[in-house]
Amino acid sequence: MPKYVVATPDEIPPGERKIVEIGGRSIGIFNIDGEFFAIRNSCPHQGGPLCKGIITGFLESPTPGTYHYTRKGEMLRCPWHSWEFDIKTGQSWWSPAQRRVRKYEVQVESGEDIEASSSEREKGPYVADTFPVTVEQKYVVIEID
Amino acid sequence: MESWETPHFVEAGVKAIDCDIHNEVPTLQTLYPYMSDFWCDYCQNSGFRGPDANDYPRGAPLTTHPDALSPWDMDLAHVRERLLDGWNLEYGVLNCAYRVQSIHNPDLAAAIAQAVNDWQIEHWLDPEPRLRASLVIPSQIPELAAKEIERVGEHPGFVQVVLPVRSRIPYGNRLYHPIYEAAVRHNLAIGIQYGGAPGTQPSPTGWPSTFLEEYSGMTQVFQAQVISLVAEGIFDRFPELRVVLIESGFTWLPAMMWRIDKEWRGLRNNTPWVKRPPSEYMRKHIRFTLQPIDAPPTPEQLLQIIGQLESDEMLMFSTDYPHWQFNTPNEALPSELPGPLARKILHENASTFYQLPQAR
Amino acid sequence: MENTKTKRLKYPVIDCDVHNSVPPGGLSPYLSQRWQDHHKIFGLRGQIGGYYPRALLNAARHDAWPPSGLSPGADLGFMQEQLLDTWNIEYGVLNPLIPVGEQLNIEYGDALASAVNDWQVADWVEPEPRLRASIVLPYENGDLAAAEVHRCGPNPAFVQILLLARTREPLGNRKYWKIYEAAVEYDLPIGIHFGGNQGPITGAGWPSYYIEDHGGMPQAFHTQVISYVCEGVFDHFPTLKVVLIEGGFAWLPPLIWRLDATWEKLRVEIPDLKRKPSEYIRDHFWLSTQPMEEPPKREYFEQMLEQMDMNDKLMFATDYPHWDFDAPDRALPSFLAPDLRKKILSENARDLYAFEKL
Repeated sequence: MPKYVVATPDEIPPGERKIVEIGGRSIGIFNIDGEFFAIRNSCPHQGGPLCKGIITGFLESPTPGTYHYTRKGEMLRCPWHSWEFDIKTGQSWWSPAQRRVRKYEVQVESGEDIEASSSEREKGPYVADTFPVTVEQKYVVIEID
Repeated sequence: MESWETPHFVEAGVKAIDCDIHNEVPTLQTLYPYMSDFWCDYCQNSGFRGPDANDYPRGAPLTTHPDALSPWDMDLAHVRERLLDGWNLEYGVLNCAYRVQSIHNPDLAAAIAQAVNDWQIEHWLDPEPRLRASLVIPSQIPELAAKEIERVGEHPGFVQVVLPVRSRIPYGNRLYHPIYEAAVRHNLAIGIQYGGAPGTQPSPTGWPSTFLEEYSGMTQVFQAQVISLVAEGIFDRFPELRVVLIESGFTWLPAMMWRIDKEWRGLRNNTPWVKRPPSEYMRKHIRFTLQPIDAPPTPEQLLQIIGQLESDEMLMFSTDYPHWQFNTPNEALPSELPGPLARKILHENASTFYQLPQAR
Repeated sequence: MENTKTKRLKYPVIDCDVHNSVPPGGLSPYLSQRWQDHHKIFGLRGQIGGYYPRALLNAARHDAWPPSGLSPGADLGFMQEQLLDTWNIEYGVLNPLIPVGEQLNIEYGDALASAVNDWQVADWVEPEPRLRASIVLPYENGDLAAAEVHRCGPNPAFVQILLLARTREPLGNRKYWKIYEAAVEYDLPIGIHFGGNQGPITGAGWPSYYIEDHGGMPQAFHTQVISYVCEGVFDHFPTLKVVLIEGGFAWLPPLIWRLDATWEKLRVEIPDLKRKPSEYIRDHFWLSTQPMEEPPKREYFEQMLEQMDMNDKLMFATDYPHWDFDAPDRALPSFLAPDLRKKILSENARDLYAFEKL
């Protein structure tokens, strides 16, 4: 499974996102309270650029007129039809089992590790072509199948 | 009248439940015995002749079947002869369309509603155990409406509260909660019926010129009410509430369900109490009387539409008597319905919805 | 810009509903000093009081805000890139939703209509020949509206007349007939677009939430269809064509059945109507597809098309830049036969609008 170096951690502060083009796909990387998550930048509905949507919270209501708004910063609304997705799982709010967006594994790795492993083989497992790597830095790395 | 034959289902031994028979108040004077001296004098002195919604114009062909008496001329004997005995019905549900909701004076509206209900008890319910009826309430003043439900809601003849589909404010509004609380407390369904005259425009785009336009267009008012009930959370707040749309048609429902389900996927955070697709609420809580069918041109298409409802529980047989919705009695129930579905429509669905005891 | 890279489409696309909006001061060159001053002092005044906050700001796709800082739909360059180039759109029909017809001050509405129409030609259609415009009108006044149609009608930049779904009276009403008289003279279809604001938005009063406003819009179209038929508009104007824009379309077959059934019983009220309502509807109405119908099963969609029997009248629209946008490559169901797909995506619109070279 190829890995891509897509950013430095400080490039995506908490609450922010970065959209990258890798392996022929557009992917959004989100920082939620220091943890990184990545999902495909394409809504399963009509292919809208999901990761450009509004970042919002999880809204529930036990009874009409009440609004329980939690997990602020963890939900994403598609910029087109406002479908809501959980950034951490890729699941849609209205049909979590059937309608979901592809989620990717994200790690923060040191430049040293990345350099070491990319020299072992010619092409990977790390594909760092989108981003120059130095050994002193840490990097956000995502895995794509 | 010889053309008023007995339908096939009666000959096959099915005891149907007719969910929409009109019992109309002939004149305001009919109600005087049930009104206080003050209100009788008030009406006489002011020349008030009762609410004039004219939502069933007296001479309009649709208002009276060519073989029937007009809604204001027919009495219990006529209903017995035509339907209860004539068609061997198990039950008939009366839906009185006296529009107290169009009376702006709340006290007068409440007084007349009381009179209508007492008249229904004396002239229709007490003499005829096969009949059930709908409470007329001044729904424009929910507090007074709830009081009226409390007053007579325990009478075993009343199975529902009837509301005209044309309201000043849609029925999902929280303002109406006292009505639904009272209805649930007395185990009454809510019937939303064609018509009404709240004084505001009958469409989102002004007043059409003809009765034909207003009648055809009434489906869109029913749609607005269904959307309102679901979106504004009435079924979340009152999970036991049962609603029936009366004389609304139903072939429009699948397309409306698709639209609102689609809207909900993106806009659900506007009304977060709506936790499931709106169509699920509709299938669970809302029923439709069968007439008018507003049928497509082919039997196959009617079956397609019924299939698209994705429920065999939503339709309940009705004649809408004496309105002219079908020509011959055998057209009251579409012949293309498969047997088990026809039985559900003729009897089971209404029996369950109204929780009617099985007659002997 | 991953969402603006060109999508591969098998068939040409005509977009029947594109919204351009006015950048700050954009109308000034086309508005007299008198009305510029009026606007500064009083602003826009219609039958206000019926506003529901939209799903998103400006009811726009969140990704449709141009880098220039202008509003969605106000930046031609960005529209070209994000819409016209991305999907290689052959023609886009502009429907500017500036509240012209709703103005209570009818003279201001009239001045505003002319300004918007001149602005569309000069700032949009002339610089971008893939775009065509719709004539906006002070439609609550037949005389003023007809005069504006006569002023703009000869210019091939305009391909239709734009009215809104929620008008003060149903559009079959005689007060609007002068508009139709002028429309048939220039063979311009009447486009009725989602929107308008003239009193309670349902026949049962004001609802509470945006989903009821937005999801209930087809109901206004019901009234308009019924009104055109029953008021005899098509007997009077046999060549009039009406396009229902952004109302969806699945609601139409049941309405046709309802209207035919009611007419059978009540035709005595309009004895002069020459044909069955369904016949007028199938001959005179076109519908844009957006917002696309999404029934839960494929067979329902197919049944609905067959019941409707108007495959020559469905026309694709994106509604760009609004949030309920339909993507040309994704909105139509994948199972549509190629012939029908081609008709909906472009052929029906090309036939109707008969775009001329400018």
